[in-house]
Amino acid sequence: MAALTRRTRVWHGLVLALFGLYFAAPLVASFVFTVDVPGQGLTGQAYADILGAPGFTDGLGLSLLLAVATIVLVLALVVPAMVAVRLRPGRLGSVIEVLCTLPLVVPPIAFVAGIGSILRLGPDRLSDTPLYQTFLAVQDERFPVALVLSYTVLALPFVFRSLDSGLRAIDVPTLTEAARNCGASWWQVLVRVLLPNLRSSLAGAAFLTLALVLGEYTIARILTFETFPVWIVKVSGSEARLSVAVSLLSLLITWLLLLALSSAGTRAKTASEE
Amino acid sequence: MPTVATTVSPSVPDTAPAVSGRAGARPRRSSATLAALPLLVFVTVFFGLPMVAVGVGAVTVTDRATDTTTLTADNLTRSVQGAYLDALTSSINLSLITAALGVVLGTLLAQAVVASRLPGLRNLVVTASGVLANFGGVPLAFAFIATLGISGVMTELLNLTEAGWSLYTPAGLAVVYLYFLIPLMVLVIAPALDGLRPQWREAAANCGATGWQFWRLIGLPVLGPSLLGGFVLLFGTAFAAYATAAAMVGSVLPLVTLQIADALSGNVLIGQEGVASALALDMVIVAGLVMAVYLPLQRRSARWLR
Repeated sequence: MAALTRRTRVWHGLVLALFGLYFAAPLVASFVFTVDVPGQGLTGQAYADILGAPGFTDGLGLSLLLAVATIVLVLALVVPAMVAVRLRPGRLGSVIEVLCTLPLVVPPIAFVAGIGSILRLGPDRLSDTPLYQTFLAVQDERFPVALVLSYTVLALPFVFRSLDSGLRAIDVPTLTEAARNCGASWWQVLVRVLLPNLRSSLAGAAFLTLALVLGEYTIARILTFETFPVWIVKVSGSEARLSVAVSLLSLLITWLLLLALSSAGTRAKTASEE
Repeated sequence: MPTVATTVSPSVPDTAPAVSGRAGARPRRSSATLAALPLLVFVTVFFGLPMVAVGVGAVTVTDRATDTTTLTADNLTRSVQGAYLDALTSSINLSLITAALGVVLGTLLAQAVVASRLPGLRNLVVTASGVLANFGGVPLAFAFIATLGISGVMTELLNLTEAGWSLYTPAGLAVVYLYFLIPLMVLVIAPALDGLRPQWREAAANCGATGWQFWRLIGLPVLGPSLLGGFVLLFGTAFAAYATAAAMVGSVLPLVTLQIADALSGNVLIGQEGVASALALDMVIVAGLVMAVYLPLQRRSARWLR
């Protein structure tokens, strides 16, 4: 029996080591690729070039702006609906769950095919109506509202799951009753009682949305807006090292952000269990 | 109107003590619907309309000269013929193979982690999986190009090109896809493996069962729904992947997502939009079938994992 456990332990160690190698290799190799230039030896030039690269600040700025707008919109839509459903359980709850899960079923490329057809309606059919101006406005390349609306749809499943687990952890009806009986208005209940209790799951939803928008390529590429990922692909043609350096940095930053978030989440959970 | 309600509400307990408590603390059904209304309208308009547009675009054709739209099955028939059929089948094949590999490798990793009984390791792997599973895309593609591409670090170090390796093949794409599919499988299967109580194993051993009998009669039937559900989820993820493939192989490989992108943004030939919509509809149908299998399975496996 002891021999068996030792054999299993060796086997487990081997499995873990192989997987560790597989997951670490691309990161290590990419780093080597960016700093080891043939003929020049080791250099950090690729990283120094990032800030000055044409289009970098524009692309990143646009992606960050879209992320902020998407976070505000998605939370403003989902929070009131989910709180209301907690207070009045019924069929509405499952309707919202299904609606918020549906975007997971539809591949983004299929979704953007639909958005493209809708946006083409503008010039094709509505060019002599006032609506045409709206179609132009949502495609303004400085602030493409069309992308904000699409990203909000893509973020719904993530935001729903994050808020759902947050709301599960608190007793919404009791908190609300207590606050209402103390004379709080509905607005006060939401802002001063419920939202502070949901702080960590709201932050989770916001971070996930941020990561989603910063990394989203499909929709921006098809609708031809130069967001951060679209810029990376564009620059890769002429500056391979630079694009890998930016990719590596953005992967690491996103992962650190999400790691910090999920470890904060587990810590909060263990704290509440104790 | 809301301001009136706010100013009146503190006096409600005095004037109507009988309806204080629950009645006063709960919104009316109509106001609950009202709070959910913006979300319902938003999803209907900005998700529903594009989906309707895909459906309509797939079954109609517009003659630009006469500006008439007619119902047709041409787009759908074309979308399952010739090069488009090849793309669809190779997408499905790639997704099936990577999903199967992902299920096996992910389960292996999860089993090694769960069985190691190190809570720190388990948390680390599950957390890292949550991160790796969801966010790859363009940066991941470039990391792999730098690693295993034509002049990639590992390619040159190990002389892989001479050994016949190329990243820009279905096999190369599979290696990249597994980078986010394996973590996804770990996320799905780890709770199920936790649910396999050690007591069951002991009970089986006490009744004289061998390890093989335990897995065949107890382990796999309990894990079954999770394994199948994981497979379906991985298939859907691989099938929908576009950014990674586009950044890596451009449109060298025939994949349905790349074909849709070409038809949508490329040199717009007449009728291409209709084919793009038809291909998109094909994808939604495949993905929808996949989810129709996945959701009941997930519910079934949830029963065992309380």
